[in-house]
Amino acid sequence: MVSLKNNLKLFKMKNRIHKKLDEEKKLLSIYFSAGFPNLNDTVSIIQDLEKQGVDMIEIGLPFSDPLADGPTIQKSSTIALKNGMGTELLFDQLKDIRKTVSIPLIIMGYFNPVLQYGVENFCKKCRETGIDGLILPDLPLDVYLEEYEAIFRKYNLINIFLITPQTSELRISQIDEASDGFIYMVSSASTTGAKNGLGEEQEAYFERIARMNLKNPQIVGFGISNARTFDQATKTAKGAIIGSAFIKMLSQQGTAGISDFIKTIKPLR
Amino acid sequence: MTYHANEKGYYGEFGGAFIPEMLYPNTEELRQNYLQIMEEPSFIEEFRGLLKDYVGRPTPLYFAKRLSDKYQTKIYLKREDLCHTGAHKVNNTIGQILMAKRLGKTRIIAETGAGQHGVATATVCALMGIECVVYMGEIDISRQAPNVARMKMLGAEVRPALSGSRTLKDATNEAIRDWINNPVNTHYIIGSVVGPHPYPDMVARFQAVISEEIQSQLLEKEGTPNPDYIVACVGGGSNAAGAYYHYLDNEDVGIIAVEAAGKGIHSGESAATSALGKVGIIHGSKTLLMQTSDGQITEPYSISAGLDYPGVGPMHANLFTSGRGEFISITDDEAMNAGLLVSQLEGIIPAIETSHAFAIFDYRKFKQDDIVVVNLSGRGDKDLQTYIDYFKL
Repeated sequence: MVSLKNNLKLFKMKNRIHKKLDEEKKLLSIYFSAGFPNLNDTVSIIQDLEKQGVDMIEIGLPFSDPLADGPTIQKSSTIALKNGMGTELLFDQLKDIRKTVSIPLIIMGYFNPVLQYGVENFCKKCRETGIDGLILPDLPLDVYLEEYEAIFRKYNLINIFLITPQTSELRISQIDEASDGFIYMVSSASTTGAKNGLGEEQEAYFERIARMNLKNPQIVGFGISNARTFDQATKTAKGAIIGSAFIKMLSQQGTAGISDFIKTIKPLR
Repeated sequence: MTYHANEKGYYGEFGGAFIPEMLYPNTEELRQNYLQIMEEPSFIEEFRGLLKDYVGRPTPLYFAKRLSDKYQTKIYLKREDLCHTGAHKVNNTIGQILMAKRLGKTRIIAETGAGQHGVATATVCALMGIECVVYMGEIDISRQAPNVARMKMLGAEVRPALSGSRTLKDATNEAIRDWINNPVNTHYIIGSVVGPHPYPDMVARFQAVISEEIQSQLLEKEGTPNPDYIVACVGGGSNAAGAYYHYLDNEDVGIIAVEAAGKGIHSGESAATSALGKVGIIHGSKTLLMQTSDGQITEPYSISAGLDYPGVGPMHANLFTSGRGEFISITDDEAMNAGLLVSQLEGIIPAIETSHAFAIFDYRKFKQDDIVVVNLSGRGDKDLQTYIDYFKL
């Protein structure tokens, strides 16, 4: 009886992501690969990002074969793996993170490492660590709904789905229905780190999605690299995610460059 | 009980489409159309016509008398080595280029390891006048110079895959990334029975011409369409899928799959997925694959570039775990010696991939009146340098 009560309490409890989305501002989210540039940078990068006013962080669990990623994140993943990053180690590094960090933390990775860890084990560990959500681009919607939704809910984890300019309206509605938090709006047909910036095509797409009045807000990712693209993306969307550009900066300047990088984007919000 | 794919692309627990949303529209378009297109009379006519007049089908089913005498059983060879471009790969590329045309695609991409599938793809693109980009690991490009030259001569662009281990697995990643970046005009011709649904089923159906021909040829020669065993080498598994296809649900026919043990299953340099793999996701498919305990995909090894893949197609994963298929691993040395033996007993130099299949006769005994069909998936011309180096010819 007690455990049932606790479960219900967990179920109803608002996740940090929900609370953040309720704030009246555009959200800046940063992605980085755990274990890059150095194996033990994970915690200090997260702490620095929060200190600089970043609203949400996606912690990349590196994978040997990151299909959806462009060269920058492929490279940071490879280096992170060479440094010795792994699933158990990441959880270990993050075990005390909630003592110092309060913004939402999301783990982004590919499905196979999660599958090998055990999906339930992985979710349980996320819950214990204080992770709020997961982005697993190659875990398809139908498989999630059939096999894993109950587990994610049990551990109060938000599963975040992607949409792209090619996603049909019907499928967007299905994804909106299955989502509880935000939708990750991929800005263009591309892998991560696309250089072409955001043009009229993207703006038309953002407006088309905005007109759909989805129940979940959208956060734009892929192709966001600076204040200008952040501003373009968040005209209609709730926020935007910077990944490759941040990692590029890290590989050039190391963690010392974090503060200046975020400052170039933050004033525009 | 069936060993074919269900409508969601699952073979037992294996298969499916574990792909990022960016690829969903591409694979969904294919999934919704492939069966219908393959059943259209005009498609069948064009496909069959090209297989006959361009590829040179039907390929012979040849009774290998001297090999049969040596091993005291009846061995037939399905001569896919006589296909245009030198291997079975072209059956699939002919099918997929016709599929791509009907879907209105104007650009083709492909991955290749040893270069056989790349050549087969470049060939059909030349035939149809369609732009062709082949991704090939940087390391494979330097190992397989003649096939790189063939592809270029056929008008294809060969793009080096510079990521990861710079071999077949990474070439496949690069091709998938290209497809993500070009979702509308491009068709991805996957070379094996791997990848997200509907690829494993579609490629198996295009390769099924092999088992269809074996049935009628064997009926003519032996009075029965069914051999006792059908033997094929398995990397990703396309020649095997084609050779087994019409026999999958006929349990009177034994299925034998031969994997590459490399320098030995436990040497750390192997590609024997059934022995070393665990269930996981590779290239959009749930199947058996070689990986670390953390779920990082590991690099396989075999002397044969065509068997050098860290997974197997989901059909084969299901044949293995269900017990329907018998899986045997053959080392580099065993395969090389079998290749030499077949060359000298039958006057046929097999591809090193196929040599693995021939090596089982030293270990797996058959009855004297057993009919054993070996799918001779490719010819050894491409492997001459490897044979030369190995035997100091």
